[in-house]
Amino acid sequence: MTHNAPKVDNPKGAINTLKKALGKDCLDAVEANDEISFMVKRESIANALKMLRDEHEYQQLVEIAGVDYPERALRFEICYHLLSLTKNHRIRVKTSTDEDTPVPTVTGVWPVADWLEREVFDLYGVLFSGHPDLRRILTDYGFKGHPFRKDFPLTGYVEMRYSEEAKRVVYEPVKLAQDFRSFDFMSPWEGADYILPGDEKAPDAPKAEEKPKKAPAKKAAKKPAKKAAPKKGAKK
Amino acid sequence: MNELPEMITSKSEETVGDIEIQNYTLNFGPQHPAAHGVLRMVMELDGEIVERIDPHVGLLHRGTEKLIEYKTYLQALPYFDRLDYCSPLGMEHSYVLAIEKLLDLDVPKRAQYLRVMFAELTRICNHMLNIGAHVMDVGAMSPNLWVFELREDCLNFFERASGARMHSAYFRPGGVHQDVPLKLLTDISEWCETRLPKLFGDAMSLVVDNRIFKQRNVDIATVNKDDAVAWGFSGPMIRAAGIEWDLRKSQPYDVYAEMDFEIPVGTKGDCYDRFMVRVEEVYQSAKIIQQCIRDIPDGPIASDDRKIVPPKRGEMKSSMESLIHHFKLYTEGFHVPAGEVYVATESPKGEFGVYLVSDGSNKPYRCKIRPTAFSHLQAMDFMSRGHMLSDATAILGAMDIVFGECDR
Repeated sequence: MTHNAPKVDNPKGAINTLKKALGKDCLDAVEANDEISFMVKRESIANALKMLRDEHEYQQLVEIAGVDYPERALRFEICYHLLSLTKNHRIRVKTSTDEDTPVPTVTGVWPVADWLEREVFDLYGVLFSGHPDLRRILTDYGFKGHPFRKDFPLTGYVEMRYSEEAKRVVYEPVKLAQDFRSFDFMSPWEGADYILPGDEKAPDAPKAEEKPKKAPAKKAAKKPAKKAAPKKGAKK
Repeated sequence: MNELPEMITSKSEETVGDIEIQNYTLNFGPQHPAAHGVLRMVMELDGEIVERIDPHVGLLHRGTEKLIEYKTYLQALPYFDRLDYCSPLGMEHSYVLAIEKLLDLDVPKRAQYLRVMFAELTRICNHMLNIGAHVMDVGAMSPNLWVFELREDCLNFFERASGARMHSAYFRPGGVHQDVPLKLLTDISEWCETRLPKLFGDAMSLVVDNRIFKQRNVDIATVNKDDAVAWGFSGPMIRAAGIEWDLRKSQPYDVYAEMDFEIPVGTKGDCYDRFMVRVEEVYQSAKIIQQCIRDIPDGPIASDDRKIVPPKRGEMKSSMESLIHHFKLYTEGFHVPAGEVYVATESPKGEFGVYLVSDGSNKPYRCKIRPTAFSHLQAMDFMSRGHMLSDATAILGAMDIVFGECDR
């Protein structure tokens, strides 16, 4: 360990003690990067966190983070970060869910969970059963969709401006002056797993010679008709 | 208003004073000088007594976390300056430490000292703004103008170190961006010795024992220890409640373990305590800065791992390998091993955390930012209940909320 990030020493055997305490609710326990995380069954998350707070001195709920893994069946991971002020220790408790299945709320355990869960709901569309007031929190009034999902485009769907005619702010479909550019940084030497722009014109051409000339390109699916792929240096 | 004459003319026994006044709802903000940004609070008032507050945040939501997912690790760094724009380097600190933790990258001592020194200078800079604004919110004018002088000095120091007054982008994964001249260190040291204590002491002498200031702050919004823990308080907010908790001490990072400083704590957890904790923290920060300047060693200011830290421009002009590294790092960036970390540092406002999930590519898969303001502002409702409307500004001022960070 050579880094200088905040030093939190894991008490000896903490992972086993807590794993035992969580019992059959615990699906997985991992210690990586000096941090301990547990995967807990969704139905019992509230009870598990309450038990950790009351019996194992994890007094503070610091953060609830949502993460989206669209390729998984249960695509959303909800990560509860707990802090023990007395043991000076942090753990992470995770659970996973999909778009429709609600997660039991922990607002009854920590009042601070109120906004944190609202945020996860707003940005990912994860439902929390038993939450007293599950409204959007960060996005605009009347916003549609859940912007932090991986399938939500970075540019969004609508843009707004003040309309002099209507004398109010109007929403319009988003129009970009320049296409959104996303580079995959895949080196053609290492074998990109798509057809490089231009290659489709000469299916029999020797590819080994063709490849080095073409700079790592935009995604092939995106406008293959465009003349030449931007050179590497033009990326910025 | 239409009902009033009817009531008077009605045959009931009631006189004018007996009319029951209904609770009414007041919109505080979104543009209000005491809201310290774009905060809208829907307040339910009974006369002048606050019954319930529903803060509406998110008016400054820019989708920072989403944007970061589309940037390389280095390109994402300047977004952190723009979170809490009153303490930009405190924000960067968590982020670079999170990256270094995933990379398991060592940082040279000199860089660690520079980081700690500038993080503490940021703390002073942040507290100058908050203390000044808080004092002004409750009615005093001069101290704010005086401490803004000091804030200006801090910004000048940042400019001399990084070239930018506010959005410095000075901390980099592996170290800091560039070395500081010796004159800057001596100037900061002299400033901490003379100008800061004099001007700050003068400004505070007008306030801390001032009768009006005390009447507006003492016993306002007291928070006990249990509530402070349950509501996820951190930083000066939890210390004012009497809990001696400071990440710089309990989970030291960079060279904080070698620093000698004290943690001020409050006794009652009211607005006055929160204010006084910040005042004392300014002096403690100055003490840390002095120690940094005293102990700072010579040496490199960034890791020499050329796969992560780009070479200097001069080097690039004469060395082919440097040119390649420079080009690769500023286009593709570096790849971070897959994994997840949660790194929290003691930012001036409290625990500022970054939960970084990497999938092994050159961009973060997910970068969840743990703002301090989210848990503090959420407690606004229970803290203000039963207080007067005018206390709301004092409570808000003592919370130290910046919306760049709250809304992200």
